[in-house]
Amino acid sequence: MVRANMIVVGMADLNVTKSPGILTTLGLGSCIGIALYDGIAKVAGLAHIMLPDSKAIQNNSNKAKFADTALVKLIADMERIGANRRYLKAKIAGGAQMFAFNATNDNLRVGDRNAEATKRVLAVHGIPLVASETGDSFGRTVELYAEDGRFVIKAIGQGIRTL
Amino acid sequence: MEKTGAEGLFSEMHLDILKEIGSMGTAHAATALSKMINKKVTMPVPNVSWVEFKNVAEFVGGAENVIAGILVTLSGNIQGMMMYLMDIDAAHDLAAIVVGQEHVSEERYAFTEMERSVIEEMGNILVSSYLGSLAGLTNSQIKPSIPFVTIDMANAILSVPASEFGKIADKILFIESQMSIENVKSSGCFILVPNLHSFYRIIRSLGVE
Repeated sequence: MVRANMIVVGMADLNVTKSPGILTTLGLGSCIGIALYDGIAKVAGLAHIMLPDSKAIQNNSNKAKFADTALVKLIADMERIGANRRYLKAKIAGGAQMFAFNATNDNLRVGDRNAEATKRVLAVHGIPLVASETGDSFGRTVELYAEDGRFVIKAIGQGIRTL
Repeated sequence: MEKTGAEGLFSEMHLDILKEIGSMGTAHAATALSKMINKKVTMPVPNVSWVEFKNVAEFVGGAENVIAGILVTLSGNIQGMMMYLMDIDAAHDLAAIVVGQEHVSEERYAFTEMERSVIEEMGNILVSSYLGSLAGLTNSQIKPSIPFVTIDMANAILSVPASEFGKIADKILFIESQMSIENVKSSGCFILVPNLHSFYRIIRSLGVE
């Protein structure tokens, strides 16, 4: 559930905050929640990306929709409120396969492709991925706490995990 | 004004035509479902609209509301996917009518094997009926896959068609439909996600390009 002090990040959207702010995104399915955190400035940023690559698609004006462009904007927005990209660490969640398709069709494996692309893009920017929970076949709600960078994952009928 | 993406190609007239397909589809669906369960099924003319994918979840009770989603992938002349979505309380109610047994488990999210297959089959009938009228009106062959059912948070389920459709536009074609079986009312919705090529085929074959 969304509490009053939380900033909700929608699908194909991103946002940043300083401590003691909390960012959340609801019901990640095949999408990925990319959480970045600067533990020195206590600045957090969360993106909810839907697709792996902006260059593969014509209609790509929404930067927050794609792993590659979302990460660039997320870093820039965090630096604007005091983060230093050298101190950023990443945690990611999502990338589920929500339906039991025959997974040979590449288009239907968008969750896996989102997770792979996100890891690749983080590596390109030299941001260490310190924790992740991707794959499986269930939706996830995540919360990112700017005070200490903890990343809380909730799923229907399951316990709460903190990465 | 320059328009980009699929939504720019749609006028009111296009929506009227899709609405017409929608009402024929739901009429077929009501008849087919009624035969299957041997009960009176009514479905009024649906609302058809373009919805931005970030707002779609609001129409099904909110991002974290748990819903049942039935998904069919489409091949043939028209490719893409189609879904039927309903609230889990509606899913439980409908399954109870068909199975002839109330949902007994205290766990709201739990569905028995029997309930699941009833929901799967109902969704299949609804989606196939809709596709039947779409195929007829556009003179196309549409081959639906077997139905896949998932019960989870609305946003998580919607991420599948949203990412498919997000490749060409930021909006989803949303067909809201009410259904009542005997005196139990439930609302659900269809989402039609053609790929770009199939989208043009639909528009062209309707003669409104």
